[in-house]
Amino acid sequence: MSKDNAMNKPLVMGAVAYAPKVVTIWEGFKEYFRRHDFEFDFILYSNYEHQVEAQFNGTIDIAWNSPLAWVRADRMARARGQSVRAVAMRDTDCDLTSVLVVRNDSATGEVSALRGKTVGFGAIDSPQANLIPLDHLRAQGLVAGRDYTARRFDLLCGKHGDHIGGERDAALALMAGEIDAAWMIDGNHLAFSREGVLPAGATRIVARTGAYDHCNFTTSPGAPEEAVARFVELLLGMAWDDPSVRPLLELEGLKAWREGRTSGYALLERAVDDERFYDAKGNILVADYRY
Amino acid sequence: MTQKETSLSPIIDIENLGLDAGAHLLIKHGLARVAVGGEILVTGSAPGWEAQLAAWCRAQGHPLSFVEGKAKITRSGIHAGRWRGATQTGHADPKQHGAVHEQALPCYGLAARGATVEAGAPEYVFRLNRKQEVWADNAAELYAQAVAAQWNADQAIDWNAAFELPDEVEDAVAQVMTYMIENENAALVVPARFLGQVHPHFREVQAVLSIQVADEARHIDVFTRRLRLRGREPALSTAGGQASLKTLLDEPDFSVAGFLLSVLGEGTFVSLLNFLYAHAPDPVTRQIARLAAIDEGRHVAFGMAHLLRRLEQEPALRTRLARAVEARNDALSGTSGLNEEVFDALILLAAGEFTPGAIATGYARVQALMTDMAEGRLARLLRLGFEGKDAQRLASLHTRNFM
Repeated sequence: MSKDNAMNKPLVMGAVAYAPKVVTIWEGFKEYFRRHDFEFDFILYSNYEHQVEAQFNGTIDIAWNSPLAWVRADRMARARGQSVRAVAMRDTDCDLTSVLVVRNDSATGEVSALRGKTVGFGAIDSPQANLIPLDHLRAQGLVAGRDYTARRFDLLCGKHGDHIGGERDAALALMAGEIDAAWMIDGNHLAFSREGVLPAGATRIVARTGAYDHCNFTTSPGAPEEAVARFVELLLGMAWDDPSVRPLLELEGLKAWREGRTSGYALLERAVDDERFYDAKGNILVADYRY
Repeated sequence: MTQKETSLSPIIDIENLGLDAGAHLLIKHGLARVAVGGEILVTGSAPGWEAQLAAWCRAQGHPLSFVEGKAKITRSGIHAGRWRGATQTGHADPKQHGAVHEQALPCYGLAARGATVEAGAPEYVFRLNRKQEVWADNAAELYAQAVAAQWNADQAIDWNAAFELPDEVEDAVAQVMTYMIENENAALVVPARFLGQVHPHFREVQAVLSIQVADEARHIDVFTRRLRLRGREPALSTAGGQASLKTLLDEPDFSVAGFLLSVLGEGTFVSLLNFLYAHAPDPVTRQIARLAAIDEGRHVAFGMAHLLRRLEQEPALRTRLARAVEARNDALSGTSGLNEEVFDALILLAAGEFTPGAIATGYARVQALMTDMAEGRLARLLRLGFEGKDAQRLASLHTRNFM
């Protein structure tokens, strides 16, 4: 796309407003792109489901998607004979794991000891604190409702667990003795310890999922390729030692952008099928999902 | 923790300490000892320590892999990026060469002088950001003296000392205290207003102004307590007196305001306080006057030190100072000057008794006070380098309200 065209027609990105800082972040990015003569605009959604749907009606060219939103966008595109691409992600989006945490005084030493116990999960649509953990336990022969009681800490559904309040509530319930174990992203285990939600040394990790990737920038079918390429080029050019850019990267939680990859979503794909969250066409199957 | 140096990479054993309990500090220190791109090995035994380490390394940007049960961390150079383009803000010790910058930049913000400030820190607007505008080389010493000389009014003054004054004299004391409080309000508000405008880089000046404000608050308190000691309420406040003080508050230039308030006003006030120490009719007023005079002396000393320094570098300021005195005199030409009630009260107070003989003594003492004030002003003006004739003229133009 020529510069003139870029000036006339901005690349429009969708993002989910899971917290007030989202406005600050994308306004900052918009300013950064404009400094580089690249016209960019964004539309905020209250949930990922509407955002993904907007990728198929021409509203947005690209979306900052959760891993679950990526899975849905990919399925919807394939069902339509189209394709979407994951073009960029944060360094911190790669190879996450979730951990199952018990109180240190708990006798639970391994996953099989969870039979008959109550396990805390995050929001219904959280890949990291619900879907992948459910799948992890299922693969170990433990099915929620049959072998153990799953207690879900639903908070701000539709935001795919971006709002970590569900994980925090589960951690609080664990320390209050209301549940026997709680799932959280490995990094949140450290974060909750820094916050004092989990007192130092008061908890123990008893299980850990396989590695999975988190968010990515997902192109919409038919997105302008040159503009997308320039967008990615400018993202990758954001240097952490540039003081005008560093605050944005810190807010968004990364040190550097990386090119997108889709190799880290296999665990979630399996969990989405096993937990019957979406069908193969990206239709929502789960009944008690309100967003 | 044990740390082994091998020919390959240092090994940090965090033992059973989790990263949810502080183990990251051991790892951070280990990484600090290798160059960017260098590697350390980490071993541990806390349940799930590998997951915690992976999360920590991901957030910190350090590449991580696991080899034979040990974690291998490669030190990333990304952290150094935060301090690229950082600003060094002088030194904490003002006596070191280059410690106090001629111009304190907005990006120094609230950082301690001498700190390294990250690029991109918010910019603070402090109007008084040039050393020349505010600095005095002895500010740190004056602050230390002030701290050492602070007094507690409950202990330093014998409020129960026995005395009895005629009603007329007690009324006079109340009027003089009313006047003193009004003047000390100005002496408090003027430095307080500048205090928030002085860049914190000049922390010694900030400290002097702060304690000056505290001094004045204490003076206002003790003058009020003396006023009420025998059941009196504050007396009269004249338009002329307030007009005179308002010109002090209206002065936006730090040096000019310091000249008018500290050098001329408070300097004159020191004479008044010494007068009260010598001639006040009761021991409580005398004690108060003595303590307040010591404090005011420091305020004058700071004003003089600042002006001497600035005048040495900027002789043209002398003309501005002279004009400020003239302008103030012009502005006050339509006012009556010193409150007549105050003048009369000073005579009565110095008389101590309501008799013709005592009043004659009081009158003579107030006349001597006026001479003392004028001589003090002249001496300070000469010290600041004003020529004899100019100094004489400016000393005479000083407000008749004293402050």
